[in-house]
Amino acid sequence: MLAAGEEGIVDSPGMGEFKVHRVRFFNYVPSGIRCVAYNDQSNRLAVSRTDGTVEIYNLSANYFQEKFFSGHESRATEALCWAKGQRLFSAGLNGEIIEYDLQALNIKYAMDAFGGPIWSMAASPSGSQLLVGCEDGSVKLFQVTPEKIQFERNFDRQKSRILSLSWHPSGTHVAAGSIDYISVFDVKSENWLMDSFGDETDFNLLGSAIHKMLVDRQYMGVSKRKCIIWGVAFLSDGTVISVDSAGKVQFWDSATGTLVKNHLIANADVQSIAVSDQEDSFVVGTAEGTVFHFQLVSVTSNSSEKQWVRTKPFQHHTHDVRAVAHSPTALISGGTDTHLVIRPLMEKVEVKNYDAALRKITFPHRRLVSCAKKRQLLLFQFAHHLELWRLGSTVATGKNGDTLPLSKDADHLLHLKAKGPENIICSCISPCGSWIAYSTTSRFFLYRLSHEHDNISLQRVSKMPAFLRSALQILFSEDSTKLFVASNQGSLHVIRLLEGSFKHLHTFQPQSGTVESMCLLAVSPDGNWLAASGTSAGVHVYSVKHLKLHCTVPAYNFPVTALAIAPNTNNLVIAHSDQQVFEYSIPDKQYTEWSRTIQKQGFHHLWLQRDTPITHISFHPKRPMHILLHDAYMFCIIDKSLPLPNDKTLLYNPLPPTNESDVIRRRTAHAFKISKIYKPLLFMELLDERTLVAVERPLDDIIAQLPPPIKKKKFGT
Amino acid sequence: MVEEEKNLRVVRCGGSELNFRRAVFSADSKYIFCVSGDFIKVYSTATEECVHILQGHRQLVTGIQLNPNNHLQLYSCSFDGTIKLWDYIDGILIKTFIVGRKLHALFTLACAEDSVFVIINKEKPDIFQLVSLKLPRSSSQEIEAKELSFVLDYINQSPKCIAFGNEGQYVAAVRDFYLSVYFFKKKTTSRFTLSSSRNKKHAKNNFTCVACHPKEDCIATGHKDGKIRLWRNFDDEKKYTYTCLHWHHDLVMDLAFSVTGSSLLSGGRESVLVEWREATEKNKEFLPRLGAAIVHISVSPAGDLFCTSHSDNKIIIIHRNLEASAVIQGLVKDSNIFTGLMIDPRTKALVLNGKPGHLQFYSLQSDKQLYNLDIIQQEYINDYGLIQIELTKAAFGCYGSWLATVEQRQEKETELELQMKLWMYNKKTQGFVLNTKINMPHEDHITDLCFCNAEKSENPTLVTASRDGHFKVWILTDDSDIYRKAVGWTCDFVGSYHKYQATNCCFSEDGSLLAVSFEEIVTIWDSETWELKCTFCQRAGKIRHLCFGRLTCSKYLLGATENGILCCWNLLSCALEWSAKLSVRVMEPDPNSENVAAVSQSPVGSDLFVFKPSEPRPLYIQKNISREEVQWGVFVPRDVPESFTSEAYQWLNRSQFYFLTKSQSLLTFSTTSPEEKLTPTSKQLLAEESLPTTPFYFILGKHRQQQQDEKLNKALENELVQLPLTENIPAISELLQTPAHVLPSASFLCSMFVNSLLLSTKTESAEEVPDDADMEEEKESDDSDEENNFTEEVQDTNTTDLGEDIIHQLSKSEEKELRKLRKVDYSWIAAL
Repeated sequence: MLAAGEEGIVDSPGMGEFKVHRVRFFNYVPSGIRCVAYNDQSNRLAVSRTDGTVEIYNLSANYFQEKFFSGHESRATEALCWAKGQRLFSAGLNGEIIEYDLQALNIKYAMDAFGGPIWSMAASPSGSQLLVGCEDGSVKLFQVTPEKIQFERNFDRQKSRILSLSWHPSGTHVAAGSIDYISVFDVKSENWLMDSFGDETDFNLLGSAIHKMLVDRQYMGVSKRKCIIWGVAFLSDGTVISVDSAGKVQFWDSATGTLVKNHLIANADVQSIAVSDQEDSFVVGTAEGTVFHFQLVSVTSNSSEKQWVRTKPFQHHTHDVRAVAHSPTALISGGTDTHLVIRPLMEKVEVKNYDAALRKITFPHRRLVSCAKKRQLLLFQFAHHLELWRLGSTVATGKNGDTLPLSKDADHLLHLKAKGPENIICSCISPCGSWIAYSTTSRFFLYRLSHEHDNISLQRVSKMPAFLRSALQILFSEDSTKLFVASNQGSLHVIRLLEGSFKHLHTFQPQSGTVESMCLLAVSPDGNWLAASGTSAGVHVYSVKHLKLHCTVPAYNFPVTALAIAPNTNNLVIAHSDQQVFEYSIPDKQYTEWSRTIQKQGFHHLWLQRDTPITHISFHPKRPMHILLHDAYMFCIIDKSLPLPNDKTLLYNPLPPTNESDVIRRRTAHAFKISKIYKPLLFMELLDERTLVAVERPLDDIIAQLPPPIKKKKFGT
Repeated sequence: MVEEEKNLRVVRCGGSELNFRRAVFSADSKYIFCVSGDFIKVYSTATEECVHILQGHRQLVTGIQLNPNNHLQLYSCSFDGTIKLWDYIDGILIKTFIVGRKLHALFTLACAEDSVFVIINKEKPDIFQLVSLKLPRSSSQEIEAKELSFVLDYINQSPKCIAFGNEGQYVAAVRDFYLSVYFFKKKTTSRFTLSSSRNKKHAKNNFTCVACHPKEDCIATGHKDGKIRLWRNFDDEKKYTYTCLHWHHDLVMDLAFSVTGSSLLSGGRESVLVEWREATEKNKEFLPRLGAAIVHISVSPAGDLFCTSHSDNKIIIIHRNLEASAVIQGLVKDSNIFTGLMIDPRTKALVLNGKPGHLQFYSLQSDKQLYNLDIIQQEYINDYGLIQIELTKAAFGCYGSWLATVEQRQEKETELELQMKLWMYNKKTQGFVLNTKINMPHEDHITDLCFCNAEKSENPTLVTASRDGHFKVWILTDDSDIYRKAVGWTCDFVGSYHKYQATNCCFSEDGSLLAVSFEEIVTIWDSETWELKCTFCQRAGKIRHLCFGRLTCSKYLLGATENGILCCWNLLSCALEWSAKLSVRVMEPDPNSENVAAVSQSPVGSDLFVFKPSEPRPLYIQKNISREEVQWGVFVPRDVPESFTSEAYQWLNRSQFYFLTKSQSLLTFSTTSPEEKLTPTSKQLLAEESLPTTPFYFILGKHRQQQQDEKLNKALENELVQLPLTENIPAISELLQTPAHVLPSASFLCSMFVNSLLLSTKTESAEEVPDDADMEEEKESDDSDEENNFTEEVQDTNTTDLGEDIIHQLSKSEEKELRKLRKVDYSWIAAL
């Protein structure tokens, strides 16, 4: 085993025939999760990260991350919410409210709320109004119009920042958490309704008393400086639940402004709260990484009296749980340790199948690595820069399973810093290794690399055309003469690359009526066919020679996670998020015989139960029957010539001993050869016939780069 | 005393477990009840005193519960197949329900009026059932109760694993990895199973105990890994939910909710009582350092007291604010007994290993621990696999003024830590004070130690024998320096015999000879000059026990070998007198006679032989005294000699033989019922306790009796005015105890009352008890109060023993003296 940051060349024991470059120097660290918002209608989950990235997960489609909006340095998201059906809004410390276009995958507009940094945002139960809480203590109400949002009015300004907001389900009252107190106010009269400041009760002209519910600063007997109300939740019976920095979960009666019950649950901050729609359970996340589930249970079986009881704690996080969400069947939590954890509620799940298992999503479901096979270069994409590495080499040989010593170490050739505050959306290096392209939200960059022995020089190709402003996906053709760019307006640009310059060839316009952006591209090795896929509609195949749409693969219910076109046969292999793999013959415009067979027989149940999507497909140049694909936890070679496994056979087939006769090997072998040696696997590609490169990112290395968690005394240490 | 020669039988003599079941509080928290062997003991929570012993069960009592419909009554169940109902205030058995099956536990419910719940076992030994048992109403004393109805099957036999909740609407039972809840109304059972897979995380998920919230639908379960789970919504097998509380690191031994349900108490091996307030993890209080593992927790119905039963046979009564207020300590049976049984010559208390590192002094008469002597004086760390210092040997010398103890710790074969301590009795503090500490007195294990207890020996002498082949003689010398006067022990002589291991040592009664056995050989040494006098060798295996004969038999030396030979040597002729084939486990000489008791082990059980060294024929043989191996035995001198006329029992006249079996039950021999061995406090105590000290009290109360005793001591001639014992006069008690509304007119009573206070020449006439049903009953269940019997007897002698020429009434001490004289065993004269 080689240490991280080094590169080793190992004979892959799983496949028997490959030398494997085991790459562990991709220092990718996902950024921490700041907010999550669950949309009941579409069963989608919006997740925002500390770098401003917003990701959309489709919970129905096997928790696939189907869309993402790249981040921006100055746009730290503090609040995220769905409104008016499926419109997504975010607000952050730059004081702007942003609406996202979920079709075109860009930001629709950004509007300044003029209240300083925004700490909280809540959509009204009807979805027609949006409330933001600002640094200056103001609460602003916005009306959601079909196109934009419209400022409606300001509420009474409070003394300090509004950190949390919650609407009463009827939409008449709002609870706002601030520092040291919670306020409840009437939306209609726009007056603060109550303020349980003990004796200080004054009446305003409209006759409604102004109250604040003062929160105890005491923490385990010690008075803290401040008690920050990190979250509030307003229930329909008038109860306000608050979570605060003193580790308390408190229940308040909003009618009288009194504290009803107090649960001390943590020694550190309780940072987030989410209530289920039925209001029979809620979930809170603490800075100790624990998620607590509270349930409303009847006191005795024959009385209608109910009480909130803390039930199960879940410790799936190591760091602060900054955000929680409560879907009808699951508790969702995310935090500084970058994992998104979806923990199903067993009592709400009808059938105990694989969907009801715990999910932990750490890595993005897209490619961050591209590879120039001929020059053995790897391009790593980070949030704000790119890194180019040359793989090491070895002269040693060894038996199957041996770790070979390196005769030449891997070289860090290039560190390309992105210009501007925006994050990199996508990047690519051409197969020949002489072009690098990347794109941010507003700019597209193309560089020419010239190799002189071991030195390289980089030259930016300037004067990009105006239409090439941003790209969702970039792809070079196999011979590096063409560049394909999927832009976020839904169009596909084809560009011919010349020595040091380029020429725009064609733009495939999206189908009339759709604005859906394409985010996956595949080109055939002979350069004739281009396949492109969006998030929901089917895969389109374009003829590059004739520059027209060739055909559309029939639409499938689940989003496409990876695409590739096989050499020679021009079969398009499509992987979907429900772990199905299709093979479609582009020349015949129909599914291949093998694809029909496997659909008829069905995949092995263990194959369908994998919980990470296939992110990359490639082919062996000399073995046309092989399809190579991988997800985060396995690498698989599908040999189409072998019989398919059924549910009774072992899917994760250990390699039969070599001393067995060929007959037995034949009989026990099936089409899926799976290796689980490398995990978590971010990228795997065939460099040549006998060499593979595998990019791993061990979770321990990520944790080591995170800030230290809150220290907890553990018994027995 | 009427002399009835009953069969000699083996009886338990106290020291039973007090922690066998949860203790039960009375409704007013004044008393606490706990099972103790075949009895139920009633203790006062305020004074720690045993107020009553409820006797009547013939086997182990397995459960007690207050009668929910009358909290002045107590139900108890036993292995003898009966349920008994007691009036605990007066200690009266009210009713007996005969079930006829072994009952393992008892539960009562307020809502189930005339039925109780019991645990019985089916034919197979480990299948237990919870059944409801209907108690028929009848006025008779003994009622058959056979109407069983099945509730739950395959439960754990321990009552800790059953709990009734929400006023008896459901019952929760735990066993292994599942919790079953039976709902009485719906007649359904829900079952919840915890994952018990072999992976490490869930390996110790086993349930250990269960408790139900008194107000809410909430079940608390304790687990082997130290977790406490609080189950809710358990009426729905799908929507059930639980929460975990985790503080204990070892298994949770018992759980109890407070009366209001606002807090949960838990305890375990950590010896810390944890109070979880509001059942939340962050809000907990501790009562630490309780001494031993908490086995049971109970809560008083009034809510002001808790109590914890501990593995060292102790009950601690704890106030609501978590302050221990009283300790009831029984005989500690927690550790291995290395020291054997000894008798403290001063207190006549039984002395043996107690708490780890302690020597306990236990009063056999009052069945309670007198005190603990900390020998090792180190904090005991309860951790599995830790090798502790063990107190291995102890011996009293010089009439209880010296105590020698040996402690050892051996971690590896070669690393032996050995320490001998000598303790001096301090009269001021009435306790033992450490005088000399000797590190490594020998190179190897000390096998035996003995004091020279001769009356005339001017210098205390101690001999230790060790496996290193030496025996050492230690004497008390002057250890004074310029700062103080002091005495200390030093080694005076080291003896050995051909490098054999010294196994036993023993002084003759007069202290002139010391016998030390070296494996197979017995050597006799002169204690004046430490000169080897002679050796005996029988080649019959290593000597296991060695003792000199006493009194008339002091010329004999007894030795029991490992090969099952008992030898008796005559010291005058230096020859073997006799030998017998007997595999002796325990050999104990009686200090008051020449009798020697030997217990032999055979495959079927242990047999007792009592013999005199002078003759090989045993005086008495009792076969099969115990099924188990007898480990230790001791003769305890009687305060008052018995007077068995039968030759077979004469050996019990002056001493009583106690022995301890492998399972640590303390047994003895008795001809009468075992109740007499314990001196229960008089029944009047209770009534008198409640009497205020008014002038009337001084006329009628105990106070008078005491005064009278003093007077009697002074005036032997009995010329002084002597008032009769008022408490025995029925006229007075009738007057005082009958309710006012049924009393006849005062004028009618007046003459009777005054008459009763008058002196009568025949006290007996007053003694005649009128036919009062209540009184009769009381007499029936009378715990033969010795004091009472005694006075009664005095009066008997007055009237009946006319032939004896004694003054009309004797003082108590004189009477005692006389009785002693009468019962002294003169049989030894015959042997001369």
